[in-house]
Amino acid sequence: MKTISRRKILKVLGAGGALSSLGLAGCASQGVVSGKAAAKIVVVGGGFGGATCAKYLKRFDSNLEVTLVEQNRQYTTCPGSNWVLGGLRGMGDITHGYGDLNSRYGVKVVHDTVTAIEPGQRRVVLAGGQSLSYDRLVVSPGIDFRWEEIEGYDASVAEKIPHAWKAGPQTKLLYDQLRAMPDGGTVLMAIPGNPFRCPPGPYERASMIAHYLKTNKPKSKILMLDTKDAFSKKGLFEAGWAALYPGMIEWVPGSSGGKVERVDAATRTVYAQSGMDQHKADVLNIIPPQRAGQLAQIAGLTNEGGWCPVNQQTFESTIHPGIHVIGDSSIAGAMPKSGHSANSQAKMTAAAIVAMLKDLPVISPSHVNTCYSLIGPDYGITVAAVYRLGDDGAIAGVKGAGGVSPTDVPQQFRTQEARYAEGWYASITQDSFR
Amino acid sequence: MKSTPPLRSGKTTAAVIALLLAASPLAQAEISRGAVMASTCFACHGTDGKSTGAIPSIYGIPADSLIATMKAFREDLRAATVMNRHAKGYTDEEIVHIANYLSNIK
Repeated sequence: MKTISRRKILKVLGAGGALSSLGLAGCASQGVVSGKAAAKIVVVGGGFGGATCAKYLKRFDSNLEVTLVEQNRQYTTCPGSNWVLGGLRGMGDITHGYGDLNSRYGVKVVHDTVTAIEPGQRRVVLAGGQSLSYDRLVVSPGIDFRWEEIEGYDASVAEKIPHAWKAGPQTKLLYDQLRAMPDGGTVLMAIPGNPFRCPPGPYERASMIAHYLKTNKPKSKILMLDTKDAFSKKGLFEAGWAALYPGMIEWVPGSSGGKVERVDAATRTVYAQSGMDQHKADVLNIIPPQRAGQLAQIAGLTNEGGWCPVNQQTFESTIHPGIHVIGDSSIAGAMPKSGHSANSQAKMTAAAIVAMLKDLPVISPSHVNTCYSLIGPDYGITVAAVYRLGDDGAIAGVKGAGGVSPTDVPQQFRTQEARYAEGWYASITQDSFR
Repeated sequence: MKSTPPLRSGKTTAAVIALLLAASPLAQAEISRGAVMASTCFACHGTDGKSTGAIPSIYGIPADSLIATMKAFREDLRAATVMNRHAKGYTDEEIVHIANYLSNIK
């Protein structure tokens, strides 16, 4: 009989857990799966990234002890929030709880706020006084706003002039202001430069506001002031606007004075081109430039650009090993900052963590993103992509795949994509929260 | 444990390993490539390919049928809204991995 080396058994088994029955407990390379204690994974942030990651960690390895920390008991999704503004959905339709993550998958859900992350001690400190130790930490902190970028616009002004770029009370505020606006009024949207959360989002928002106005206040106008000179699905949006809302939406690119520099909340006026251009409106929607979520900043996970550099295979921070950053906060190559991207990154990260804990090779990630936008209730468009890890370590789109909806198609195609947009919402919220 | 890596050092090793695996609930098999890749389908088609909305379910379908459908999308031989664009992102081998995984979901 040949001698079985410990190395060999480790290689074949790939897991420390079974070794204890051979008296080899404690020899597993990571030390965290050995013996009786299950590895502890803490996930902070209960949006698409965090909720999905917690669920898939348990699906990929039910032995893990997974704790999800999220301050709110319910999550209102940004996807679908433009549909609320257009009157197609109610707030209740885009609000989700965390009960199923616990009852169906065994994720422990803690509703609290993280005040500190201690990478050295591998510990998360909560506002309630509790601290949670972890073997690996996943953070999915979403976005924060760069309030310093637009003079006169900050968190307190946003309570009167909404950004509505985090869904919930902000969505309701913009909704109410649109309903209170007289017919013939002007809605002004200020749109940031790249990168920002949900690249097609502002243009779907303009579409949904136009749908509401056309139906209820047809003499009204929408003025979009954009920092950029181009935007996601531009040709498709413009064709849809011409077909459904002729003359109602005006888009001003950055090179023609679209970059908003100052907001005067008292007079609802915005300024561009060093004050040369002034625009007064009845309803203002200011979407500020963005950076990684506050938690990422507090934890020192961001670079000089304000976003989180990660190993794009495992999403482990290149600044703090043992902490994985997913979703909008992360720098994920060619992937857009979207709920769908976060869902995809969450799954690849969950699989990577399970493999790393067992000292197994990490399966090369495959990502998908599909952004559905509604231009009208029966007029949907998409941009899609499939992503792989490139040789340079950056996530890149697979050449020849993906792209936007075709241009010359019958209305039936747009209607079908509108139905699938609703189907996408039903599925991705189920896949992330239930 | 069909996805346990192949063994090369004889029957005795295999027997010991098999015993260990059987004895310990902690020793789970490696997550298969099919499981990881198919999980990206679930955002639109529902967890385990079980859709709750307008997008078709894709679980429990014979692998041959799934493979033929994906290839038809990829070669633009079958019309779709977005699946032609998605299918072009996968090789034959990847499609087989995904199809085998999805076909086995009950």
